[in-house]
Formats: sequence, structure tokens, C-alpha cells
Amino acid sequence: MTRPIIQLQDVQKYFGDYHALRGINAEIAEGEFFSLLGPSGCGKTTLLRVIAGFEDVSAGRVLIDGKPMEGVPANRRPTNMVFQSYAIFPHLSVAGNVGFGLRRAGLTADEMGRRVDEALEMVGLAGFGRRAAHALSGGQRQRVALARALILKPRVLLLDEPLSALDKKLREQMQVELIKLQRQVGITFILVTHDQEEALVMSDRIAVMFDGEIAQMDDPEILYRRPKSRRVADFIGVMNFLPAEVLSETGDRIEIEVAGLGRAEISADQAPRGGGGQAPSVGFRPETLTILYEGQQANHREARAVVEEVVYYGDMTYYDVRLQGTEKPVRLSMRNVFGREVLPIGTETRIAWSPGALVLFR
Amino acid sequence: MRLAQKIGRMRRTDAASGILLVSPTALYAILLLAAPLATIFAFSFWTQDYLTIDRSWTLANYRTAISEPIYGQLMLRSLWISGAVTASTVVLAFPIAYFVSFHVPPARKSLWIFLITIPFWTSYLIRVFLWKVILGYNGVLNSTLLGLGIIDAPLTFILYNANAVVITLAHAFAPFAILPIFVALEKIDRALLEASRDLGETRVTTFLRVTLPLAMPGVVAAVLIVFIPTIGDYVTPRLVGGPDGLMIANMIQTQFLQLNNAPMGATLAVLAMFIVTLVALIFVGLNRRFLRRQQ
Repeated sequence: MTRPIIQLQDVQKYFGDYHALRGINAEIAEGEFFSLLGPSGCGKTTLLRVIAGFEDVSAGRVLIDGKPMEGVPANRRPTNMVFQSYAIFPHLSVAGNVGFGLRRAGLTADEMGRRVDEALEMVGLAGFGRRAAHALSGGQRQRVALARALILKPRVLLLDEPLSALDKKLREQMQVELIKLQRQVGITFILVTHDQEEALVMSDRIAVMFDGEIAQMDDPEILYRRPKSRRVADFIGVMNFLPAEVLSETGDRIEIEVAGLGRAEISADQAPRGGGGQAPSVGFRPETLTILYEGQQANHREARAVVEEVVYYGDMTYYDVRLQGTEKPVRLSMRNVFGREVLPIGTETRIAWSPGALVLFR
Repeated sequence: MRLAQKIGRMRRTDAASGILLVSPTALYAILLLAAPLATIFAFSFWTQDYLTIDRSWTLANYRTAISEPIYGQLMLRSLWISGAVTASTVVLAFPIAYFVSFHVPPARKSLWIFLITIPFWTSYLIRVFLWKVILGYNGVLNSTLLGLGIIDAPLTFILYNANAVVITLAHAFAPFAILPIFVALEKIDRALLEASRDLGETRVTTFLRVTLPLAMPGVVAAVLIVFIPTIGDYVTPRLVGGPDGLMIANMIQTQFLQLNNAPMGATLAVLAMFIVTLVALIFVGLNRRFLRRQQ
């Protein structure tokens, strides 16, 4: 990891009696695309506002670029923010909005106009400068908010659910554009989102937050494949759970008995610590199970199941199948490649699975 | 029967139901606003001929109104007093509206607004008389200051002159100024203020660059709401104004009731209306330019 631009040291925040942040520790590297992901009320926006300087910390420290930020107001921090509502100034034109923060830089009118034009071009709004702010669409407002923040060349750009107000198509398009933009300008981005897919697509690293604490902080792939708790696993994507029993533990090998799948040997890194005393269970993602069609052989292991529900998505089909000897069906997904038929409800079928895809929670 | 059918059919169309809905108000406005205005306008071109009114059209009244210095003086003084009332009312109302909007917890705001309207529970006349009691030679203010030894002789510049009119009217119109400014401030998205701070502005510059321009519609409304009625006020100048505090409306009243010269009174009324309209338009124009310069 390169030098941390932001260091959060045991950051606590109280609103009256409400403990909104319960000791946040994190380091965010220069140039990183970092996401704070969690359900509403988990404290992710509060944390962003603490970094921006809109909220004081109740305890702990925030350091930006190595400097403690205690007592430094928002207007003197090297951060800029894209607000959830975009907060476009309604009394100013697009150029007036984008150039708002330049007033203090002491530029000539020409220079300022040039910088504004550059910023507008960067977000794909060249020529929009004279438009009135109220005459913009949602996507355009979002771009104006971006340009307005980036024109000041902040060390860190803070994005508070910037895409949540956009429709699905536009949101996906903006996700890609934001990633490109971040690579282009090289500024650290901190994104707050409740959309796990968005976080997975865009981030270098994700901190999953629950109840004012960071539950897990990892890159998207590890977060998806090796969630540290059932809660994280549940929040990110779809995870199936089956009851399991630990038979023996030797070195870094663990032997388990999984309902419906049978005996399996997994490695210790598939069994994260700190689940918190619940009955052991095994989790796996829908795409790690495969339906075996006639004549196909499993690479690893095989199990028998009955199709209970079929949900057709066009490119994918989701099946709820009940494994032999289990109470609840598990979900698996099959890509609808050419020639593969969709199985009807009630079909008895064989399922291929692999011990390497399991995660043991205990 | 056929009429009932016709009305029934008419009610079904949107335009007809619209007309039906506005017609009571429209009728009221025509009878009590447009008709009297037209009458006043007509009167202003007639002349008083001892006890009767000469109904031949003439500009004689307007010539008199412009050539006699007393009318111009009274008009100027009215403008000056109203201007002072408006300025002090709006300048004092803004911090109150700002405080209620930004620093009072949301649950308490209605209570505050309710408290602000309390002066309205007493009659306007009683409030003016109260100011007489407060500002008088032996009034509350003077006896307090004398008692505290701050002054040796009662202050006389606070009653029976223009100052007294300004003080009394500013108090009377304060809620009219506070409410529109409060509403305008309430409508400002607080995220805009944070955005401004985030973009490097301090509290003060944020106020000047964001809060004030966005509150401007409320300020304009407050200015017009205070300025237009005060310039025509005649009760307050009559009661607390003394000879130096009389305004154009007192002259209009005198023309109608004491001098029995309704046409001259009408002429002055029309001129006053014209000047108020002009001042209001100039003000709105200036404000528009101010807002455009913000761009």
C-alpha cells in the first residue's frame, strides 16, 4: 500500500445518546477508490461527513495527508464533496456552479473561464456553461456536482451516494465513467453507497459497515469470496447457508459434515474467525453450484437435488433446489448458454459443487 | 328546466368550473377594488366648484399638485419615512427570521412564529397609543432613563416627529417582514450551505454568496409588503407624528374630509399610487440586476 492519504484512528461519534461511530480504524491510500458500504443508518454517511469536516469527532483522530484535522473546518480541508442531492446552487448558471470554489484562487476572468471549460469538458458537459442550473437533468446535475468538486483539485473526493438518484441504465454508465475519471485524475475517491453491486464494480477496496463499525475491509473479490461473517455474506450478493458440523481440525485443514452435501475438507482460510458463537453453518454463492445435465461429470463433488422454483432472467436462470436431506432450498444460478434448456419445477437432478467454494461460519 | 340543464352541462367543462370558482372573488374585487379605483381616477380629472363637482375633464389638479411645493414636500417626506421604516424593518427582521429558520429546533419553529404574531392580537390603534405612552415626554422610556440618571432632561426627539412615526411603523410591520424572509430561508436546501463551505467559503462568504441571494425573493416581498402600505398610512403620523411627521395620506384625508376637495384628494392619491408603483418597479429591477450579477 502506498502512503495513506487518510488515517482514521479510533473515530467515535455520538449524536446525543446515539453512538453513530463506534471506533473506526482505517487507512486509505493515495489514489485509491475506496467505498463505504452498508445499510442505511450504519454510519457510513456520518463517517464521510467527519472526513469532510461537517461533523466533529467525539473521540479519536482523523488525519489527512498526515495532518490532524481537529478544529480544521470543511472550507480548509483538502477534500471536496459530491452531495447526494448534488446541492447545485439554483441561483447560478452551470459555469457559476462549477467555478464557485475558484473565486478564492484569485484568477483572472479568462483563466477562470478556461478552468471551468476544462472541468466541464472532463465530465462531458462542454458547452453547457451558460445553462441555468434548474434546466438540467439528473445526470447532468450529477456531472456539474462532479466538475465543481474536481475543479479545485482536491486530495480526496468524497461522494455521498452520488448515483442513487439516477435510473439503472444511467447509473451503470456513470459507474464506468467515474472509474475512468478517477484513473484519469488520480485523486483518492471515497464513495458512500448502500448498493453492494456498485461498490463491487467500482472500488479498489470496500469497508462494509454495520451499526457504526467496520465489519470487514477488503478488496471486492476477497469480500465476495471470503466474507468474514454471515452478516457481511448476506449483505453482499446472495449467499446460501447450510447447517454444518466440524468433525476435526488438524493444522490448517478442517473436516466438516455439511447437510445435503456430505463430508468435505476445507482449509483454515475458508473459516474466518469471530462469527460469534452461533451454530456452525456453511455458506456458498449461487454460481458455485452447477446443474449437471445428462452425461456430464462433476469435476469435484456431486449431490442430488430437486428443482423447487425457477426464475428466468434472460441471460441467467436462478433455480431454488432442495438438496437431499435439507429443510430449506438453496439458490443456484446457471448461465443460459446456447442449447441449454431451462429445467421445469420438480425435476430431479444432479448438482456439482466444490469444497473450495465453501465458507465456514462458526 | 332548460336553464338548469345548461348550467349542469356548463359545470362539466373545466373552463366553466374555473370561472365558477373564481367568480365570487372576481366579483368582490371588481366591486371593492376596481370600481373605487376607477372612481378615484375619474375624480382626479374633475374639479371642486364650491359645493358641487365640475365634471369637465381637466388636468388642473395635477398642475396644482406639481406646482404647489407643499404636496411635493409631503410626498418626499412620505417616501423618506417609508423608506426608513422599510429599511429598519427589513434589516431588523432578517436576523430574527434567520435565527428562527437556522437556530430554532424544527419542532419549535411554529411556536416561535406564533409568538412573533402576538403583537397582532391587539388592535393597531392601541399599539400606536402604547408607543405614545412609551415615547412621551413623561413616558416609560424617558422616566426610566431619567430614573437611571442616564439623561438630565426628557428626550424630545422621539415623539411628535418623523422618528416616532418610523419607530411605531417599524414595530407594527415587523411580522410582515419576518414571515416572507423566514419562508424564503426555510426553502434553502441546507446542503447548499455545506457545499459552499466545502468549496472553500467561510461562514460569512457563504452567507453573502448563497444564503442572501437565495433569500432575496423573501426580502423583496418584505420590502414591498412594508413599503407600499406604510407610504399610505395616516393613522400613525396623525397620532405620533406631530406637525413634522405628517405624510401624504394625511393631506389626502384632509382634502377629502376637511377641505371638501375630493378631486384634489383623488389627484394626490393617484400620484401617490403612481410613485409607489414606480419605486416598487425600480426596486424589483435593481434586485433582478443584483441576482444576475451573482451569476
